[in-house]
Amino acid sequence: MRFELNGQEVEVDAHPMRRLLDVLRVECGLTGTKEGCGEGECGACTVLVDGEPVCSCLVPFAQAGGTSVVTIEGLGGKHPLQRAFGDHGGAQCGICTPGMILAAVALGPNPTLEQVRVGLAGNLCRCTGYEAIYRSVLGAYEAVDDRRPAAEAPAVGGGSKADGGAAFGTGADGGRSDVAGAGRSRSNGSGADAGAGSAGKAGL
Amino acid sequence: MPQPAVAADDPSPSIPPTPAVGRSVPRKDAAEKVSGEAKYVDDLTLPGMLWGRTVRSTVPRARIKAVRLCFDTAGFTVVDHTDIPGRNVVALIEEDQPFLAAGEVRHIAEPILLLAHEDRDTLMAAKVEIDYEILPPVLDMLASTEALKRLSIDKGDLEAGFAEADLVLEGEYRTGSQEHVYIETNGMIAVPEPDGGITLMGSLQCPYYVHKAIKPLMDLPGDRVRIVQAETGGGFGGKEEYPSLIAGHAALLARKSGRPVKIVYDRGEDMWATTKRHPAIVRHRTGVTRDGRLTAMEVDVVMDGGAYVTLSPVVLSRGCIHAAGAYRCDHVRITGRAMRTDTPPNGAFRGFGAPQTLFAVEAHMDRIAEALGMDPVELRERNALRPGDTTATGQEMQEDCAALDVLREAVERTDFHRKREEYRGTGRGIGLSLFFHGSGFTGSGEVRLASRAALEATETGVRILVGSSEIGQGTRTMHAQIVADAMGLPYEQVETALPDTAKVPDSGPTVASRTCMVVGKILQNCAAEMISRLGGLTPMEYARRHGPLVVSQDYVPPGDVKWDDDTYKGEAYAHYGWGCNVAEVEIDPDTFEARCTAFTAVEDVGKAIHPVLVRGQIEGGSAQGIGWALNERVVLVEGAMANATLTNYTIPTTLDTPPMDIVIMERPGKHGPHGAKGVGEMPIDGPAPAVVNAIRHAGLDVREIPATPEVLMAAAPSEEAACASS
Ligand code: FES
Ligand code: FES
Repeated sequence: MRFELNGQEVEVDAHPMRRLLDVLRVECGLTGTKEGCGEGECGACTVLVDGEPVCSCLVPFAQAGGTSVVTIEGLGGKHPLQRAFGDHGGAQCGICTPGMILAAVALGPNPTLEQVRVGLAGNLCRCTGYEAIYRSVLGAYEAVDDRRPAAEAPAVGGGSKADGGAAFGTGADGGRSDVAGAGRSRSNGSGADAGAGSAGKAGL
Repeated sequence: MPQPAVAADDPSPSIPPTPAVGRSVPRKDAAEKVSGEAKYVDDLTLPGMLWGRTVRSTVPRARIKAVRLCFDTAGFTVVDHTDIPGRNVVALIEEDQPFLAAGEVRHIAEPILLLAHEDRDTLMAAKVEIDYEILPPVLDMLASTEALKRLSIDKGDLEAGFAEADLVLEGEYRTGSQEHVYIETNGMIAVPEPDGGITLMGSLQCPYYVHKAIKPLMDLPGDRVRIVQAETGGGFGGKEEYPSLIAGHAALLARKSGRPVKIVYDRGEDMWATTKRHPAIVRHRTGVTRDGRLTAMEVDVVMDGGAYVTLSPVVLSRGCIHAAGAYRCDHVRITGRAMRTDTPPNGAFRGFGAPQTLFAVEAHMDRIAEALGMDPVELRERNALRPGDTTATGQEMQEDCAALDVLREAVERTDFHRKREEYRGTGRGIGLSLFFHGSGFTGSGEVRLASRAALEATETGVRILVGSSEIGQGTRTMHAQIVADAMGLPYEQVETALPDTAKVPDSGPTVASRTCMVVGKILQNCAAEMISRLGGLTPMEYARRHGPLVVSQDYVPPGDVKWDDDTYKGEAYAHYGWGCNVAEVEIDPDTFEARCTAFTAVEDVGKAIHPVLVRGQIEGGSAQGIGWALNERVVLVEGAMANATLTNYTIPTTLDTPPMDIVIMERPGKHGPHGAKGVGEMPIDGPAPAVVNAIRHAGLDVREIPATPEVLMAAAPSEEAACASS
């Protein structure tokens, strides 16, 4: 069957009912796509099919015919989101990371915090509590020439502010190091918190 | 800090490198993880490799009468207990657990038979029938008469303490099991070596635990057993002891077939068969004066150990040591027992017994405050441990005791008292928890471990040789920072060798929040030793002129840490981290669903070697704790997990996880590198009690977790709910 894989036309011979996940990992040898549950719950197997994030563990290979599939390998390690996940601690154990990054790619540039929360709701991460993932996605589109996480990030998403993590100006001299304020600004007022949460849901 | 002499080939000879410690330098493993290049065990394929599968019991207790293979066995490798060349026991604390059941099964999902085949579908389709003579199982820890471990901690004179009390309050608190749900399931590859040895690669936290277990199983000397950690997709304790079992299975199949064998569990098997957090029932009886001083604390802890001992004695031990909470009290008795049941063994899970007992004491403290008509913050202020106070084991608190600091910071930061008033009667609630967590192995554990670490000078810098594993928490990065600063080298010139028992020394298991405080300290000592051996050269220069140089150091127990295993008296841990969590909840008046809407964590870690990593631990641990508090429910039916899928056992998603405000506090301890005291586990100690105390504030007397809608609904009538039972 023919389809486009990471920008290249490919012809792959596999059973039409074989999971796209297995075809990518085994026949195509692209092991960056991970399996976390095999039942559509965790999103670790997320790839982009014609630009849409799908759980490749649920897609029979037959459905991939004629489509354009993008896996984590297709981003070439150079996507701003990949850099940002490294810089902001968005990847800990890394097993959710490829799927998480591809789901974030599908959100397009400069998503709001609410869009990120809703857009990543199908991707489970057990390590981060998601906060560093939000910082990564929101931080990815800051000025490209700024290698380090910015202290003054552009306002994103209705006044929510992307955290730098640079705010981690941990007092070098020991004693008390208050890294407060390092949170996204929504963390600084509980009213805003609740608002962010419900707005996220409403966005669904 | 000692600086090695400057080498001619150093690009910036006169400028010492910027210290790495305290800065959020780039993670060593980031590039591979974000690009998809990192290789986890399921990403590895070896020539001629077979797939392995475990056939397990479907009844909790029985004698095995017959095993029938109902398939064409051509192309299959079949292994049962009679194929074991050595001893059929998983060597850990006790030797009671077999690798493969021999005649009797003692829990559901117990391994009985192993199959391997080169085609996975054929393998999975193979049907095996087992006839059992069913025996009556013991499934309830309170009905069990078989204790895997009992212990007691005594301080002062309990009766005298109760005599001083104006009020005595009792209560029982229950915590459910919890599944780790590392997103990468367990997996292992075994490779038979030409010399009769075996190499194992897999998802694991503790290479030397696997090494210890495989030697007697395969009847091999240590140098013929090689364990290599593959990239590991999360552990949380779930890959502390269980990988030994999978490794043994893969090794047995590889030995018999003469080919590499890969076993990777699917999610259902991983949830159904592997270890979980010990469920616990904790009873408190507490004496308190009218003005809120704790006069006596009597605590009884029961944990469900499951069918085999595994790590239950030490889980119980840590749980009991933390059971009186972060409070001073002159008269304390803590008793604990871990009971054997015919259920899959419970094991290590982040926090290791402490989250269970800290949940109980913190929920109990809010009930005491309520009974006294006192503000819960004031009650805690009154009793919080201060420098000079002693814990239940008689350990004197040092200057780094930060209980009051974290409490005050969290209260002020969240505007706790204003919200407490404002939310009354609105279906919203706000609650807090105060907690501490001892770092490193309990008591004399570190002395017994006698960990070792090594450093190697190479032509490009130095290489760290430790058995500590990277499981997402940032081991490689954090160790490299400590070594870079200790050597006066740029962070980029420090690398970490892959944990491989053929190449790295046994630096102890990667558990118990010890990897920074204990192993990091040994590495600092290695660096000092190396500098003294370099004779003024840089490591690179030395390696180029004289070849590689390896120095190693052993753990040196701090002189002022004394512990008595028999009486449970003394310094239970070298250091404690301190934390205060504040949770806000909203309760749906129709569905009784409680949602955590905001969360604040103030946690003292001694020193944040890498602030982004530390914050990641706090956020991730908090989310895991909130999940345990509200919706992670392991449903056991006839001793088996009945909801062993991610559809039916739900962990927090982005939409369930509240915004978090994190404050990292630094009250350095004397023994860790740069004062670091550990951070991996503490964050899961506080969320559950903070959430349940918020639910109490919203009007529901809940004393168990997970606080599901059913639990909340049952608490709703709240006639005389309020308390003061005794
Ligand atoms: S593996 Fe596809 S959703 Fe989990
Ligand atoms: S980083 Fe480990 S699951 Fe997300």
